[in-house]
Amino acid sequence: MNSKTVEIAVGIFVALGIAAFFMLAMKVSNLISYESASGYQISARFDNIGGLRERSPVAVGGVRIGKVSSIEYDNETYEAVVVMEIEPKYNRFPTDTSAGILTAGLLGEQYVGLEPGAEEKFLISGGEITVTQSAIVLEEIIGQFLYSKADEK
Amino acid sequence: MLDQLQLTGQRVIAVFARLGQATLFLYQIIMTLPGLMLRPSLIIKQLYSTGVQTLLIIVVAGCFVGMVLALQAYYVLVDFGAEDSISQMVVLTLMRELGPVITGLLFAGRAGSALTAEIGLMKSTEQLSGMEMMAIDPMQRVMAPRILAGFLAMPLLTAVFMAVGVLGGYLVAVHGVGIFEGVYWSLAQLKVDFYSDLMNGMIKSIVFGFVIVWIAVFEGYDSVPTSEGLGQATTRTVVHGSLAVLGLDFLLTAIMFGDI
Repeated sequence: MNSKTVEIAVGIFVALGIAAFFMLAMKVSNLISYESASGYQISARFDNIGGLRERSPVAVGGVRIGKVSSIEYDNETYEAVVVMEIEPKYNRFPTDTSAGILTAGLLGEQYVGLEPGAEEKFLISGGEITVTQSAIVLEEIIGQFLYSKADEK
Repeated sequence: MLDQLQLTGQRVIAVFARLGQATLFLYQIIMTLPGLMLRPSLIIKQLYSTGVQTLLIIVVAGCFVGMVLALQAYYVLVDFGAEDSISQMVVLTLMRELGPVITGLLFAGRAGSALTAEIGLMKSTEQLSGMEMMAIDPMQRVMAPRILAGFLAMPLLTAVFMAVGVLGGYLVAVHGVGIFEGVYWSLAQLKVDFYSDLMNGMIKSIVFGFVIVWIAVFEGYDSVPTSEGLGQATTRTVVHGSLAVLGLDFLLTAIMFGDI
């Protein structure tokens, strides 16, 4: 075989391998969303975060606008502090915005849903949402249901 | 009884002796690598025979594996109304396990056996001794380019396998069973982590490629220079290479994904 042909074939092979890797990185993995979310940070305090994890989505009206960047436990108020990273272009949240931990579908993963309020002022980066609603824990609801049934009798 | 014990001991010692030989062999090859860098044409020629010629079987296998994964995932997930998650299952399975492992097995069968047979034949026709007579180091001229080429080819082949598999799964999921196209890609992006899934799969493939070519080249170099010995060496390459891939895969998975 001609050595030129060999070189061309190997060149195509290497290019194909690298192209495949980039396609996987860009199209299939979350590499892009690593970079896009940065800048605008807001935090919220919850009594119970349920199954929320780092990198869980943050959504407004069902549209994904950011992700949870860290979850910590506040030793003094006994609450969970969830810090969210919102894409910089969505930096207009009123100060009375409320946050809730919701579930996608019946058994889907949990995400933070924001509900914009009506105030004229906007939250600055690093601001905190005061109106929050904790995750719904299925066991608690079942427990309450059983107790209420028992009370009826 | 005593004979039996003696035989067992002999075998164990032989295993360790072979492992030691293989390690020394590898060390000798690594020592010749700086000199090899001056002659890239040797590596390119080997990249052609280990990489390019393995590409076709990798593409065909990847496509079918992706398609089968998507179909099986659909049959199970449709009962739970969760058939949208097909892409996550296909992509995660391919990246974490099947991509590196099946590529490794095919690579051992296709490229590894050819390497062993080629080097074994060189040895039995005394080409290697001939080179030494001409003051050419066969380690540098024959072994090192093959090891390096296999080491470079394997991650590239794995990336191609994964990408083709994902596209095969896409074909079945979107055009076969009717998942929305956007859902397929976005759910994969949501769950697949660049570092912990894609890069770990790539690290696996690099380790597998290294071990397979090491075994293949050593078996060829160490083969008994008869037609029977050559056949045995080729068989050993495929068997040991495949077992090494599967065993190492468990070990790497436990390190990367588990808490063991």
